[in-house]
Amino acid sequence: MKKCLLVLLVAVFAIPVLAQSDRYTAVMKKNLALMDSAKTPADFQDVAAAFERVGDAEKTQWLPYYYAALSQTLAGWMPDVKDKDANAEKIKVYLNKAEAIEKNAELYAIENMVATQQMIVDPQTRWQTFGMQASAALKNGLALDPNNPRLYYLQGEAMFGTPEQFGGGKAKAKPLFEKAVALFKSAQPKPLYPSWGQQQAEEKLAACQ
Amino acid sequence: MRTFTIFVLLILNFNVLFGQTQVAGRVRDNRGRAVPGASIAIKDSYDGATSDSSGRFRFKTSEQGTHSITVSSIGYKPFEQSVQLAGTNLTLDIVLKEEPSELRAVTITAGSFSAGDSKRGAVLSSLDIATTAGSNADITAALKTLPGTQQVGEQEGLFVRGGAGYETKQYIDGTLVNNPYYSSVPDIAQRGRFSPFLFKGTVFSTGGYSAQYGQALSSVLLLESIDLPDSSEIDASISPLFIGIGTQQVAKNKKSSWGINGGFTDISLYIKAVKQIPDYFKVPRFYSGDANFRFKTKRGGMVKYYTTFGHSQLGLRRADIDSAALKDAFALTNTNWYNNLSWREYLGHGWKMNLGSGYSTNKDIISQQLQNSSNQPQQPGNAYYWLQQKNFSLDNRQDLSQVKAVFEKRLGGISAIRFGGEYQYAYNSSGYNDTLRTLIDHYSAGFVESDIYLTNALAAKIGLRAEQNSVISKSNIAPRISLAYKTGKDAQVSLAYGEFYQKPENIQLFYTRGLGFTRATHYIVNYQKMTKDQVFRVEAYYKKYKDLVKTVPVNYYYSQYDNSGDGYAKGIELFWRDKKTIKEIDYWISYSYVDTKRNYLNYTTSLTPNFAATHTASLVAKKFFTKLKAGINFTYSYATGRPYYNFMLNSGNKYYIVDQGKTKDYHSLNFSMEYVPSIGKAGAKSFVVWFASISNVLGYNPVYGYNYSYNGMIKQAVTPPANRFYFVGCFISFGVDRSQDAINNNL
Repeated sequence: MKKCLLVLLVAVFAIPVLAQSDRYTAVMKKNLALMDSAKTPADFQDVAAAFERVGDAEKTQWLPYYYAALSQTLAGWMPDVKDKDANAEKIKVYLNKAEAIEKNAELYAIENMVATQQMIVDPQTRWQTFGMQASAALKNGLALDPNNPRLYYLQGEAMFGTPEQFGGGKAKAKPLFEKAVALFKSAQPKPLYPSWGQQQAEEKLAACQ
Repeated sequence: MRTFTIFVLLILNFNVLFGQTQVAGRVRDNRGRAVPGASIAIKDSYDGATSDSSGRFRFKTSEQGTHSITVSSIGYKPFEQSVQLAGTNLTLDIVLKEEPSELRAVTITAGSFSAGDSKRGAVLSSLDIATTAGSNADITAALKTLPGTQQVGEQEGLFVRGGAGYETKQYIDGTLVNNPYYSSVPDIAQRGRFSPFLFKGTVFSTGGYSAQYGQALSSVLLLESIDLPDSSEIDASISPLFIGIGTQQVAKNKKSSWGINGGFTDISLYIKAVKQIPDYFKVPRFYSGDANFRFKTKRGGMVKYYTTFGHSQLGLRRADIDSAALKDAFALTNTNWYNNLSWREYLGHGWKMNLGSGYSTNKDIISQQLQNSSNQPQQPGNAYYWLQQKNFSLDNRQDLSQVKAVFEKRLGGISAIRFGGEYQYAYNSSGYNDTLRTLIDHYSAGFVESDIYLTNALAAKIGLRAEQNSVISKSNIAPRISLAYKTGKDAQVSLAYGEFYQKPENIQLFYTRGLGFTRATHYIVNYQKMTKDQVFRVEAYYKKYKDLVKTVPVNYYYSQYDNSGDGYAKGIELFWRDKKTIKEIDYWISYSYVDTKRNYLNYTTSLTPNFAATHTASLVAKKFFTKLKAGINFTYSYATGRPYYNFMLNSGNKYYIVDQGKTKDYHSLNFSMEYVPSIGKAGAKSFVVWFASISNVLGYNPVYGYNYSYNGMIKQAVTPPANRFYFVGCFISFGVDRSQDAINNNL
């Protein structure tokens, strides 16, 4: 009887603990699937908010905030999102929450994309601020993680999008995409950790041939 | 034991037993409008939703008991409400309060044009100022393409809305610049002393400006110097007109920097190549040097010091208007030293401090001589007293020491109150032949001003300034009020009212101390619609002048002054800038209409002043060809004719008009181009910019007014020294690979 009681007690207290981490993994997977299938800016915003709720509830996980920021950033590339500054404001709220927990290279990758989105609104007058921010984010990210494939991919994108007259172009972007693809192939991300970018990098590399 | 097991089972099955709760509702703002995209969450759980385009939301949760529901959306204060989750459907009607934010809030635009990369609502950026054709990187010249300014070409200064040039004052980092231009030369406008590249922000107020500034009846130009340069470099500039070299060194930790520059201008080659109307017997030469240091303080504040020293000389000869056989020889030697030290600091608890101090000294040694055809000095006899007056020497000196302090406190959200004071000590002397006159002036002022944001859509700036001036022993209190209301997403209406005082000019105070402040009242209404690529502004104003200085002739060679003058100016101005409609072309158009009259100085009655054209318009267009790494810029400026008068004294010592008229219309087409071959050369050790410009390409012959002979029988048009102005130069930065900037900057 005593044994039985003990088992029961363990079960009562352990189940919620297990359930909590299982629930976390489950909800993250569900939200990641939602992000992959998101089509409209509203879809991305919903997913971002869902990730934020997970982050707010968990309090010690940076990944939910990271994905909230990433989801809002994906919306930021869409032409439907007209006010890139307002969108960037939302992303920065998520980024700040993530950075309060851990400052890492993946967050710098987002920072780079946000600054780029704000810069291309009006490159002529905005490069001095946002162009600088974008390249500083890449530099800082690579200092923390010199083998981050996404940072090389983003560097390649920047080079690819810069006209040859300004020192960019396919030829200069190609080695960066090559490096990114090589790093993607050897990368072994932990479960739930960022893994996006390989397909984009391979496509861009093909476009450079 | 059984009870215990049941209890455990109960806990485990709690959710199953009670099921889920549906939470639904609407999120609106305090004006009842839907807030889409708000995030609704049950605190510390994963459950929640996002509001849709009509502000509605709906979700299910399996949480039970008392929980907090939080609602957040950028631009609104966070909302939290306690709810009971017990399986029954909940309907929530949520009202979010707006959170004032600088990004969203309306900005007061009545009367002011902001320029600069850092400022929101910038109309022109610093680069725009440098690449405006015809400006040749002179700030004032570029500002003349904005509405409200006159195309005055025969003297320096910004003539704003029926105001004379001296009614516009310039400030650097909050403190007054006493001699912003190179010293005046008769009938030739001089450039500003400060390069636009020194500044990160420019605010040009054409009226209704803040209580932080005073002693300018029409306008203030507020220049904010750059904090720390991006990188260390050595710069050189080479042109047939000048050479310059300098360096900027930024500390490794990017917390401090220093710089030093030197320049030498000599136009002797230029006047050989391009014929000038005046005969330069002393070729204009300008020596200049400047130095600066800047550092960041521990609390994130900034200390900046800038000093510049200049020495110049020139001498020019023109035919004398009274005698065909004689010439006027004018010579000027100028020495100027300017210092500015400022300290900006965050004091914590929402307090901010701006301290500024400055010292400047300016000395002009002027000689005017009548010469004969072989350039020998002439002394006319007493019978020709009007010619005798053309032989004189004049030594002028202006020293200004000043301190200014501004304290600012944030009051919840973005509203703020600021107050402060300034003190200026001015020493002026003027030695006319052997007579020395001096003027010592203590000026002090205090001000208080608050920015009040009632909502993001409605803001008010209310200020009060009190001033005291020792030389005229007068004081004044000047209220300033402006309001801005957002009428749409990108559109807003602003209103401004203000009282402005200015002491009489030194030239008058040397003769008469018993004068009071001159005075202007401004009323401005402005509408602005601004999107990322387009700016549209329309502004109407009414300005009332009171107590302007009038000349009271005592006899034919001596005058006193009083404050019996008055006047008005009213008008409407349009500005349109568009970077979108024509692909890769950035252009702006400005138009000003002014109706102004004033009775001041020796005017016989209320007359349109000789610097005011009724209609003024400018078209500026710029295009950069990426493939060619080159850009071209055009500016076309037009103004209707300006009135001119010849006043003479009658035997009763009263002025009367002998002759008057209107000059022909003014046209000027200016062209400039830049070529930047270094763009994209990775690893290049130098960054090169070639620049060339032609002012007044079409060679149109402008007439700014007329000079009259003593007897009033001969009149001579005031024209520039040459019709066209050409410039070519090369600017090189060494030591830093700036081509990378171009890459990063054009991602």
